[in-house]
Amino acid sequence: MKKTPSQTRVVIGMSGGVDSTVAALLLKQQGYDVVGIFMKNWDDTDENGVCTATEDYEDVVRVSNQIGIPYYAVNFEKQYWERVFTYFLNEYKLGRTPNPDVMCNKEIKFKAFLDHAMALGADYVATGHYARVDERDGKVAMIRAVDENKDQTYFLNQLSQEQISKVMFPLGDLEKPEVREIAREHHLATAEKKDSTGICFIGERNFKQFLSTYLPANRGEIRTIDGELKGYHDGLMYYTNGQRQGLGIGGPGGPWFVCGKDLKQNILYVAPGADHPALYSQGLLADQVNWISGAPKDTVFHCTAKFRYRQKDRPVTVHLLDDGSLEIVFDELEWAVTPGQSVVLYDDDVCLGGGTISTILNQGTDAALDFTDSASL
Amino acid sequence: MDPIYLDHAATTPIDPEVLQVMMETYQTVVGNPSSIHSFGRQARKIVDDSRHTIAKYIGARSREIVFTGGGTEGDNLAILGTAFANKHKGKHIITSKVEHHGVLKTCAYLESQGFDVDYLDVDRTGRISVEDLKQKLRDDTILVTIMFANNEVGTIQPIREIAHLLANHQAYFHTDVVQAFGTVDMDVKDTPIDMLSMAGHKIGGPKGIGFLFVRDGVRLQAFTHGGDQERKRRAGTENVPEIAGLARAVEKVGEHLHERIQSSLKARQVMLETLDDEHVDYQINGNPEHFLPQVVNLYFPGTQVETLLTKLDLSGVAVSSGSACTAGSIEPSHVLTAMFGQGAPETKSSIRISFGDAMQEDRLREAGKIIATSVRELVSLGKVGN
Repeated sequence: MKKTPSQTRVVIGMSGGVDSTVAALLLKQQGYDVVGIFMKNWDDTDENGVCTATEDYEDVVRVSNQIGIPYYAVNFEKQYWERVFTYFLNEYKLGRTPNPDVMCNKEIKFKAFLDHAMALGADYVATGHYARVDERDGKVAMIRAVDENKDQTYFLNQLSQEQISKVMFPLGDLEKPEVREIAREHHLATAEKKDSTGICFIGERNFKQFLSTYLPANRGEIRTIDGELKGYHDGLMYYTNGQRQGLGIGGPGGPWFVCGKDLKQNILYVAPGADHPALYSQGLLADQVNWISGAPKDTVFHCTAKFRYRQKDRPVTVHLLDDGSLEIVFDELEWAVTPGQSVVLYDDDVCLGGGTISTILNQGTDAALDFTDSASL
Repeated sequence: MDPIYLDHAATTPIDPEVLQVMMETYQTVVGNPSSIHSFGRQARKIVDDSRHTIAKYIGARSREIVFTGGGTEGDNLAILGTAFANKHKGKHIITSKVEHHGVLKTCAYLESQGFDVDYLDVDRTGRISVEDLKQKLRDDTILVTIMFANNEVGTIQPIREIAHLLANHQAYFHTDVVQAFGTVDMDVKDTPIDMLSMAGHKIGGPKGIGFLFVRDGVRLQAFTHGGDQERKRRAGTENVPEIAGLARAVEKVGEHLHERIQSSLKARQVMLETLDDEHVDYQINGNPEHFLPQVVNLYFPGTQVETLLTKLDLSGVAVSSGSACTAGSIEPSHVLTAMFGQGAPETKSSIRISFGDAMQEDRLREAGKIIATSVRELVSLGKVGN
């Protein structure tokens, strides 16, 4: 027997932002038994002794009262530290550029939080993510959001069938401006609140300074792909492929772009000009692969992919390797693909899943560049 | 189901008689007690009568009662007021690790101002040792502040012994009686307590009002500056209707002390019996002999307090635990930490249930069953999860 909405408890993760606020409102309007929960994942007290999560929690309190739902908080600082932040630091140690939001969704929002919600008698959990879930071929599939610009399936690529079968994304059918408009119409306290940017635990702070408090930075040489010494870097972890700003080098032939790292010798490689072949690659290897609705039947198939958030889809050929990892060959050369980021695969509007980029293949048109270390470009 | 309120240690619903007294005062009393006209005199009489009622109940003189904005303010006034007024005699203060934050954070502030504070340990039942206090006492100790009974676990401290120990020492003795007031006989005539702070809202009185008893002769410095109200110890126009309500609430405690104790004991018994009948594994955090009847703190092994409290609230049972941080998440209780040690399971899996007057037995049983069911569910989930 199917439950009616009023018998269906939906526990929604509320961040104090406009998206989760409107998601909660919509669920409430649909008649669900809605419970709002604020996750405290990071212990942070600023120089004035104020916990930075306080303001966001205060917003959760205000909008929950406006909407008329009970609200609570839950502390996942320990889980976040162990399962997300430790991973984040390890990736940087390997010279990669990790995506903590992907890990946070996998381990916290759709695991620790989901477990918590289930213990509270939830039938579903909901979040303010822009994504959709739908049944396709007898399985639950993750579908891109209607708002292509806001679509967040990229960050949700590591979720399992079991996880998404218990998830509701009330904003998946809406455009962001509509969400703001709904918030305004209902005079919700977060209607004009600025969207959060950047990585949640770093916030508005200087990224370099933040990272340096957790990881030792080793100064080293910046060399061109031809081996010429161009200057010195502050630590390889501060740089990412395609980066132009903050290198502190000029001179003839520039502007200079990061195109690789040699972890063993602590060298940062740069190439002159955005169009330089060294910034382009033909394919990649990915591990930590997840298939949301099960692994594909074919070991080689064509689909589209994103190598970073908000990038337009690119046509690729996917080869499933025996160990479960992927070799992905681009139809066209791709610029500044970055190890540590997610590669996410799509079949039309369905997000198939994804993996973590481990290696870049055939960098440079003449394939002459050979940074043999695992972390190199 | 209508929710069941089992958090009377946080605050109590207002007593209808108290409300009536306040309503009448709001409706009929116009003046400011400091005014010299008939309206002022009418207000002044209510304040004086109320002060007299309260003084009489605790065995004090009227002039020894200072109306405050509640328990925390009383604690602050007593501690800061005597510390700064007596610092020429010494800067050493003794308190305990299980005090209310109104005391603990005030002491921490004094440390930042150059005072030296000792925080007494407690045993696993939440009691301090008078012997320990004796050893920590110094010639330059100017204040000892120990709560009468703990608000989280209900443990009653050896107040009489402490008071007598300090009778021949320069140190003043302050006790926070906020939680104890409604179910413990208070008498400052026989017990040499120098200061005692109390809040109205824990005994069916109004919120935002309380009093501080300050024994004649105690040197106390004021912290609100302005008018000469409260014998220059607390400036500001008196909250006349609430003072009237507070007096009525205190008076009612006096009239019904025995029944209050009995009804809380009964409620406690019903709750514990229900949990026993349901075969739930629990332990009582507190002292088996010296405890407040209306507070019971229970440790449920294998549960996680944040989940348990949320689950109970969603099932209509309102209980509490420790205190929430400003971002809403529950911090491990400093009281349970002092009793069981940092990170001990009791600090992560305990809730406080607190009872009021005239609780319906069937509703208590209902609540007990919900608690039992919730605990069982969480324990079994925890076992699967691990």
